[in-house]
Amino acid sequence: MTHKRLWTWLVLMVTATTLLSACGKKPAQTPPTTAPVAATTTAPVASTAATTAATTAPTVAPTAAPTEIPTVAPTATPVAGGTLKILYAQAITVINPYQSTGTKDLDGATVIFEPLARYNQNDELVPYLAEEIPTLANGGIAKDSKSITWKLKKDVKWSDGTPFTADDVIFTWQYCSNPDTGCVWMSVFSNVDKVEAVDPTTVKVTWKKATSNPYNVFVSNTGMIIQKAQFANCVGKAAIADAACQKANLAPIGTNAYKLKEFKPGDTVIYEKNPNYRDVANTFFDTVEIKGGGDSTSAARAVCETGEVDYAWNLQVPAAVLTPILAAGKCDTVAGGSFGVERININFTNPDPILGSKRSEPDQPNPILNDLKVRQAIAKAIDRKPISEQLYGPAGAPTCNISVVPLAFTSTALTCERDLEGAKKLLDEAGWVLPDGKSIREKDGKPLKLTFQTSINTIRQGVQAIVKTNLADAGIQVDLKAIDPGVFFGSDPGNPDTLQKFYTDLQMYTNTPSDIGLDSYFVSWTCAEVNSSKVKWSKANDTRYCSKDYDALYTQFTAELDPAKRADLAKKLNDFLVNDVVVIPLINRMTPNGKSKTLEGPTYQTFDSVLWNIQSWKRTS
Amino acid sequence: MTQYILRRVLIAIPTLLVISFVIFAVLAMAPGDPLAQFALNPAIPESTRQLIRTQFGLDQPWPIRYVKWLTSLSRGDWGFSFSTKSPVIDIVWQRMPQTLQVVGLAYLIAVCLAIPIGILSAVTQYSIFDNIATFFSFVGFSVPSFFTGILCILLFAVNLKWFPIVYSTTLEVNSLATFGQQVRQMFLPVLVLVVQQTAALTRFMRSSMLDNLSLDYVRTARAKGLSDRVVVVRHVLANSLIPVITLIALGIPTIFAGAIITENLFRVNGLGALLITSINNSDTPVVMALTFIFSILTIIFNLIADIMYGVLDPRVRYG
Amino acid sequence: MSEADQALDGRTTVTTTSALSQQLTTGIAIKPRTLLGDAWRRFRRHRLAMFGVATLLFFGLSVSLGPLIYQGYLLRQLEQEGMPISNPHPDLRALVDHLDFLSLMTPPNSIHLLGTDDLGRDLLARCMYGGRVSLAVGFVAMIIAISLGTFVGAVAGFFGGSIDQILMRITDLFLSLPVIPFILLTVYLFRDPVILAMGSPETGIFMIVVTVIGCLAWMQTARIVRASFLSLKEKEFVEAATALGVGTWAIMFRHILPNAMGPIIVAATLEVGSAIITESTLSFLGVGFPPDTPTWGRLVTDGSQYLQAAPWLALFPGALIFLAVLSINFLGDGLRDALDPRSRL
Repeated sequence: MTHKRLWTWLVLMVTATTLLSACGKKPAQTPPTTAPVAATTTAPVASTAATTAATTAPTVAPTAAPTEIPTVAPTATPVAGGTLKILYAQAITVINPYQSTGTKDLDGATVIFEPLARYNQNDELVPYLAEEIPTLANGGIAKDSKSITWKLKKDVKWSDGTPFTADDVIFTWQYCSNPDTGCVWMSVFSNVDKVEAVDPTTVKVTWKKATSNPYNVFVSNTGMIIQKAQFANCVGKAAIADAACQKANLAPIGTNAYKLKEFKPGDTVIYEKNPNYRDVANTFFDTVEIKGGGDSTSAARAVCETGEVDYAWNLQVPAAVLTPILAAGKCDTVAGGSFGVERININFTNPDPILGSKRSEPDQPNPILNDLKVRQAIAKAIDRKPISEQLYGPAGAPTCNISVVPLAFTSTALTCERDLEGAKKLLDEAGWVLPDGKSIREKDGKPLKLTFQTSINTIRQGVQAIVKTNLADAGIQVDLKAIDPGVFFGSDPGNPDTLQKFYTDLQMYTNTPSDIGLDSYFVSWTCAEVNSSKVKWSKANDTRYCSKDYDALYTQFTAELDPAKRADLAKKLNDFLVNDVVVIPLINRMTPNGKSKTLEGPTYQTFDSVLWNIQSWKRTS
Repeated sequence: MTQYILRRVLIAIPTLLVISFVIFAVLAMAPGDPLAQFALNPAIPESTRQLIRTQFGLDQPWPIRYVKWLTSLSRGDWGFSFSTKSPVIDIVWQRMPQTLQVVGLAYLIAVCLAIPIGILSAVTQYSIFDNIATFFSFVGFSVPSFFTGILCILLFAVNLKWFPIVYSTTLEVNSLATFGQQVRQMFLPVLVLVVQQTAALTRFMRSSMLDNLSLDYVRTARAKGLSDRVVVVRHVLANSLIPVITLIALGIPTIFAGAIITENLFRVNGLGALLITSINNSDTPVVMALTFIFSILTIIFNLIADIMYGVLDPRVRYG
Repeated sequence: MSEADQALDGRTTVTTTSALSQQLTTGIAIKPRTLLGDAWRRFRRHRLAMFGVATLLFFGLSVSLGPLIYQGYLLRQLEQEGMPISNPHPDLRALVDHLDFLSLMTPPNSIHLLGTDDLGRDLLARCMYGGRVSLAVGFVAMIIAISLGTFVGAVAGFFGGSIDQILMRITDLFLSLPVIPFILLTVYLFRDPVILAMGSPETGIFMIVVTVIGCLAWMQTARIVRASFLSLKEKEFVEAATALGVGTWAIMFRHILPNAMGPIIVAATLEVGSAIITESTLSFLGVGFPPDTPTWGRLVTDGSQYLQAAPWLALFPGALIFLAVLSINFLGDGLRDALDPRSRL
């Protein structure tokens, strides 16, 4: 190593860095956003088409008359074309919706696939591949609630040009209900007895037993129709084992306005306009790009501050971080509906580690929390206001109910203001008193200490801190624990920190009904669902709450088919759980999505994908 | 020499077998669930989960799974990913270019910066230059990369608007304009990585130089009447570079491991991002493949470092 | 030229003038001088090293005795502000958890000397509390990693042959382990037994955290030490020592090791900083300290999000980590200079 070489190295390096920084600075004069520029320069052939795109209402043609979809009437003529850029914190890894491992995969599939009908933001059905929504009135739903008959749209084509028929619908059911396929949504089809084609454009679904929610199948993001021709050989074990099927899962053919152009699993999906779409004249964008990865804060910056993207999914960041970013003024948040209720669950069994393998087993009652007064005191001591204002901001609203959707099924009877004095009084009555010179209550020489676990997430740790201080004010000591989400939500029986095992006194997470029927939601507090080592912690009732009265009410609810009576019963179930303090509902979470001010179309969603109406999204100037 | 290399290669094979077994065991026993994202969805009951686990082959005990993994690997099959349901190796290849570009370039720049800075610092120990270099290298490794990353985003992307936040992996470089775009989107992640990597290397270079500067042969060289520059470059530098070059060689496999935090922050979505998302989603076949490739590289570069050591320092005998 | 100036003047001049000063001092000396005594005298003259010691002492005092003074101050201020603490017997822990909704995200002021976070928690109280944990974790984990690494590296480098092969392959194994699943697994396997053995959850978690960090960070040190030993064992002084009949272990740790101290000290310095930061990573995996323990690494991580709206939240704890690492490095530099048998003053 001679010194000459060293100096040349040095010189080289310096020039390289100057060059690099020069390169970096040069394009600084032009704004970093490329999408809007492209939109104006690549003015498509028919600007008339664009005008129609702007003036015609989105193609959904709602039968149930949703109040509004786009509220802003575009002032200037937008020019169709360009790229719609979307950011997701989790990247899409597979596009076949029946092989998905997360909501993000379903959203990625939504751009390509369509179900027979979708829910809009007001939880009303909108026909997609169906001609109309079957009802009792139009005869689509059988009087005995044993079957439903869907009329399909005629002349619908797959993006490869072949026609869509009833056979594809039947095939979708066959594909998913085969146990060897490993279909994620198999249980959705569990009540289906058979699916038959009455004629090429009419499909009849017969149920095993009468159902109160006949729209559960082939509807929303769990019911998207896949092409028989493409997946015919992929039923059963071949679904993921066969090389051709692996390719098909990553590059499926659909009927929606866009088709796949390029897919890098776990990174980026690029879709392009589907020329065979039934309403292709009104498809606004040439390409749609969904990029995954990163954190929510920088996603918010990319849509609100630098304007690099048009839409960002789930800006779940603390209000104090989000507010200044939103203030930059380039974006709006789309928040509403419900992403689920953030709640604190009470453990009715004893999680004390001294019990060893008997901890949190149903036959070990919790020494503190089986007293209703203590539970009520905890509920009263918690202050939802700072949780909602300081932490959730636009991402959630305080709620006293455990069931918040659909609106007609939501109770209005409960209040949940903080009442610290009331809480202290209840604890005194329960025998937990504050000894002189101490700050923690005691009973029979035992201190009032609780453990409280949740998953790791900035906002949740903030809520833990607030709850800890709230309860400390009432004389209850809370020891906190935070667990890696993959572990906490994992259903691995060998793992001590899952929410199903619930080895603490309190735990916090979010849950939401999977379908509008609510049966599968309320079931998780019944005696039959109580978790224990016997059932390998595979059941849904992690609180281990068991009440005959609740079970009776639940049985009544599931047997009822009349919507009005069901709504009434759902409210009763909700009030029962909250009044008995089985759960403490805190926040109705709304995943706020960020959209650029020039983008029109995104709505909030509860029972479907947030991209449910992507075929009608467009840019305004 | 040839015999030495041959022996090392032969030893590497059982070593890799043991390593793969331990990694497989760790991954199989570590807690996690590939369907954790759908954890509470009532539409996915335990029965469905069980079927999916069977389909993934997770119903078998892990020693059997290990044997299966090993046999299919010997046929060149790395298994399929639980989240993409497609061959693992395809994804690894897809992620390789951006990691090599961003992390590799950063490593190269860091090495080119650290060696001269370390030399100058040592030669002029406790001078203003040395103190400034010391200061910055300590900023470099006491400040975590997410902090520098966020700072860079705020400064260069949000306020000055010079560089983008979102790295596009689908950008095709086919013209000067797209090349400029590529340079711009690489700038911030590379900068963050360079700040971090330069810091540690500078310190090692400086320390190695200082050690040699105090040795007797330096005094002898000076006594002979050689100029300071000749002493430093001819004698001290050559000797001080030996441990540093070893260190650099040993660091090369880490390029492959990617930069988890920086890649994630700027959405470079390279191998580092792949590793962390796969760990989070318990996509064990991907984690297994990545860590095993990484251990192969580690062993190869370990060998290279040892050989280089012998070449550079004639006193080292292979034994 | 005063002696203090000489010390700062750099190694090259020190070595050339040292012969002279040694002659002068040994001529006058009545008491025989010890190796350690010499080292201490040299160390005291190292200004930056003394700065490092002073800073570390200051940190030590602030996290141990500081709260006694600050606690009373903060309580009075909160009382005046109208957001008094409800706990009748508050300690530092209560102040760390106290939510002051009247000053949310306020910059440093007279009530909260270092400002507050988005829930109104006092940053200085949190830094004091967290400092105890972070400094202890940093030092203990560093000592574990460095001693383990030095030992493995020294044995492998000195003995060579199959011992070297085995030890280096173990090093390879540790280097290629997937860190996150490994941490999750070890913690799930050992958490409950260790907590039971230690008697209290706090000590148990501390032991696990430092052991995990230490056990995942020794590999680089081992390789550096091995590399130094490979070349040093061929040097003449080793031959001399062997000829004199000095024992193997004495040669390794008395004669060779002091010559390899330079890179070890650099590695040790780096390790303290990275241990403090790694600790926060452990918390993010849910396997470290409880989520409400405001360690410095955690404060920086949480604070980074607010860099725009409340820069002090990340900058103060960040500066603390920086100062701690810097002081340790200066201390290390001073120690190396002082212990270096070649640089006689």
